[in-house]
Amino acid sequence: METADLFTELRSLGLGERLLTGDAQLAAFGSDALTAFHQRPLAVAVVESAAEVAAVVRLCHRRAVPFVARGSGTSLSGGSLPVGEGIVIALNRLDRVLSVDPDARTAVVEPGVINLAVSAAAAPHGLAYAPDPSSQSVCTIGGNLAFNSGGAHCLKHGMTSNHVLGLCVVLPDGEVVDLGGDSTEHVGPDWTAMFSGCEGLFGIAIEATLRLVPIPESVRTALAVFDSLERAGDAVAAIVGAGLVPVAMEIMDPLAIEAAEASVSPGYPRGGALLIVELEGEEEVVEGELAAVEGLLRDCGCAEMRTTADPDERALIWKGRKSAFSAVGWLSPDYIVQDGVVPRTRLGEALREIERLGAERGIRVANVFHAGDGNLHPLILFDGREAGAVERAEELAAEILALCVELGGSITGEHGVGVEKREYMKLMFSAADLALMEDVRAAVDPGRLANRGKMLTPPPPAASRSAAAA
Amino acid sequence: MSALLATDVAAVQEAVRAGRPLLPVAGGTQTATHPDPAGPVRALDVSGLRGVVDYDPAELTFTARAGTPLAEIDAMLASHGQHLPFDPPRLGEGATLGGAVAAGVSGPNGFAAGVRDFVIGVRFVDGSGRLAMGGGKVVKNAAGFDLPKLMAGSLGRLGVMVELSLKVFPRPAATATVRFPTAGLPAGLAAIAALARGPVPVSALDLTPDGAVTARIGGDAGLIEVRAERLARSIEPRGEPLAPAAESAHWEEARRFAWVGADERLVVVPAAPRRVLALDADLHRRGLHRRYGLAANVAWIAWPQAEPAAELSDLLAAQAASGVVLTGPPLPEPLIGAATGGAFARRIAAALDPAGIFAGSAPAAGGAR
Ligand SMILES: Cc1cc2nc3c(=O)[nH]c(=O)nc-3n(C[C@H](O)[C@H](O)[C@H](O)COP(=O)(O)OP(=O)(O)OC[C@H]3O[C@@H](n4cnc5c(N)ncnc54)[C@H](O)[C@@H]3O)c2cc1C
Repeated sequence: METADLFTELRSLGLGERLLTGDAQLAAFGSDALTAFHQRPLAVAVVESAAEVAAVVRLCHRRAVPFVARGSGTSLSGGSLPVGEGIVIALNRLDRVLSVDPDARTAVVEPGVINLAVSAAAAPHGLAYAPDPSSQSVCTIGGNLAFNSGGAHCLKHGMTSNHVLGLCVVLPDGEVVDLGGDSTEHVGPDWTAMFSGCEGLFGIAIEATLRLVPIPESVRTALAVFDSLERAGDAVAAIVGAGLVPVAMEIMDPLAIEAAEASVSPGYPRGGALLIVELEGEEEVVEGELAAVEGLLRDCGCAEMRTTADPDERALIWKGRKSAFSAVGWLSPDYIVQDGVVPRTRLGEALREIERLGAERGIRVANVFHAGDGNLHPLILFDGREAGAVERAEELAAEILALCVELGGSITGEHGVGVEKREYMKLMFSAADLALMEDVRAAVDPGRLANRGKMLTPPPPAASRSAAAA
Repeated sequence: MSALLATDVAAVQEAVRAGRPLLPVAGGTQTATHPDPAGPVRALDVSGLRGVVDYDPAELTFTARAGTPLAEIDAMLASHGQHLPFDPPRLGEGATLGGAVAAGVSGPNGFAAGVRDFVIGVRFVDGSGRLAMGGGKVVKNAAGFDLPKLMAGSLGRLGVMVELSLKVFPRPAATATVRFPTAGLPAGLAAIAALARGPVPVSALDLTPDGAVTARIGGDAGLIEVRAERLARSIEPRGEPLAPAAESAHWEEARRFAWVGADERLVVVPAAPRRVLALDADLHRRGLHRRYGLAANVAWIAWPQAEPAAELSDLLAAQAASGVVLTGPPLPEPLIGAATGGAFARRIAAALDPAGIFAGSAPAAGGAR
């Protein structure tokens, strides 16, 4: 009954047929890329304007209905998993690049714009949008900023929030506010950066002003083979230690290479570990840096090296790297991908320990990661049809996260906490830290309607009362 | 009122829990943001909370107590060939790390590298006296709300920062500066647009109201002259490289804002190239000294101390611009011009400082004015 009322009201906002309520229609929205979790929402509102987003959120607020914003649903941590008693607000149709200002090197976009579409719109001006998650051909700017997503080229350029200058957001009660602006500088607390990375808990971004970067004059990509992951990790430390800032440094292990070859045949040289180093900038500078990098790679025991400036070859190298997650499907029916971070000087140690932990349980782990900033992506392979396999894989995942924190790192570098890593926040943050985050969240969204159940563990009712009274 | 002194975290907590309005101060260089000694808000001097806690050059990160002088950090980083790429303004001897983050503004050499981009972790005492942490010590971290970045620009109004973790970059081995004799602001803006998009990446891109442009590059010593020459030739009219001694003196002065008179306040106003002409017309009408930096992403304005800051605030608000007043006598509200953050700001400030300890006599930080 009540649900029927809600649907009527939502439709009357102008959604009409764009309010999806049937089982078949809803099926596609039940999970994100972390398919282990599934939840049928009450309905999906396929919005077509920023005003509609605000109207739907206001209605949700009035009726105390939880809502989850959804871009392309490629979250790997259950960030866009629906809430059973709530609705999903699908933002894909808000997919316009509203303007590009080549002189200021900025673009204004709607939240449902696909990441790569921003670079496509900027390219005629000799500009590009730097953050490049491997999912960039499908994921949206809204999802990117909610998770502060990264990518291979964030080593030099920084993460999503380093590229968001301003936002227009709908707060969880429907109030619309502007944060930041069109400048790389800001005064007052950085509200834009605070919203970025909020995993949707502070509301829904309906417009973003993004920073663009000049397309470099020269790009060189080096592939280096080492006999072990540890050696490759040492090479990364040596390059960083020499004061060089490559735009990307990625490592793949033999399993990850095998998967990439099986799926897109990038023709990688084979060995115990593959290190991809990319340099960009002025022609002469890149040439000099490349020579320095090659020297360091050799010193670190590189067995085979190949460098290229050819755009097609480079594209294939990156296609192989960026397809690694999905390619693992060629090796194993199921996998969990983890996203922990360790100090980059402790990469070797972390990799050795992960290998040991996997071997102990007889679980295969493929490694492909953003080595330059210590962001690991161990892919834990399992077969969900085997009894207890999921549980064993999850146990290993938990141990790896604990290891990352123990080494001084983080439980997530770019995939976000979502529902998946909620319980692990305790490893990194004290009860006081978490209580403060919950207070901030509750101040912005007293009804906890926006993306309920993600990032923070809901406090027991009594605790929330005393926190509010404190 | 006399300043309170805190040399450890417990003392900060105790001072905050006393429940009376206060604001943290440290190096004493951003005087406009300090409480008025004659007013009801007390200064909490945290300059005793100093010292580097952790620095691993190979990691390119460090952790230091908030009151650590920038000069100490500069020297430490320099000895390992590293630096703070956002080039925080050095407005006096005592400038501290916490002050640099609290102000949240870059100096002239911080093109494409904002303060917020380098703050990776923070420990702070909120308005309830709670010690909390956000972020961490690694360069990449997506766990929890981004409190470290929130603190960039918070002016002590959201909490007392006690410890900060930052990432750093290699310091360029050599630098060079090219001055372009562009005439007139429109031509200067066009030059800046071309240089910022050109093949030679710059670390500073300054513009004076007469249209003259100064650009700086950094990098390998062997290539620096060739690159400077290339940069100089990349637009018309071509520029001229400065002699090495003149170039370092120029930027040393620029980061100290030596051109701002002793009877003027330094006001930092975020801008965008396409808004500079209209803003400059207003500033010119008032006869103000001013410069544009970071490829016209910021206006640095010298405002006479004798004039009420409210007048500049109105001028900026009419341009939909905001600013922060950093120097000169204390102001109840150093954030001027258009308010930022709206209801989002008010709600977060209310969570972090429910009793308005840091808000003092002014409305909550960043809130409606
Ligand atoms: C094969 C593969 C490779 C990947 N590689 C990377 C990688 O290299 N780096 C990386 O960082 N991630 C990677 N990811 C994870 C994922 O692509 C990113 O997290 C991406 O940013 C999610 O975008 P989306 O549009 O799919 O968002 P969704 O999954 O739809 O949503 C993600 C979160 O954002 C919230 N949200 C969405 N839109 C908005 C909005 N407008 N306002 C507020 N909140 C919003 C949602 O509620 C949810 O919490 C990968 C995923 C896959 C499947």
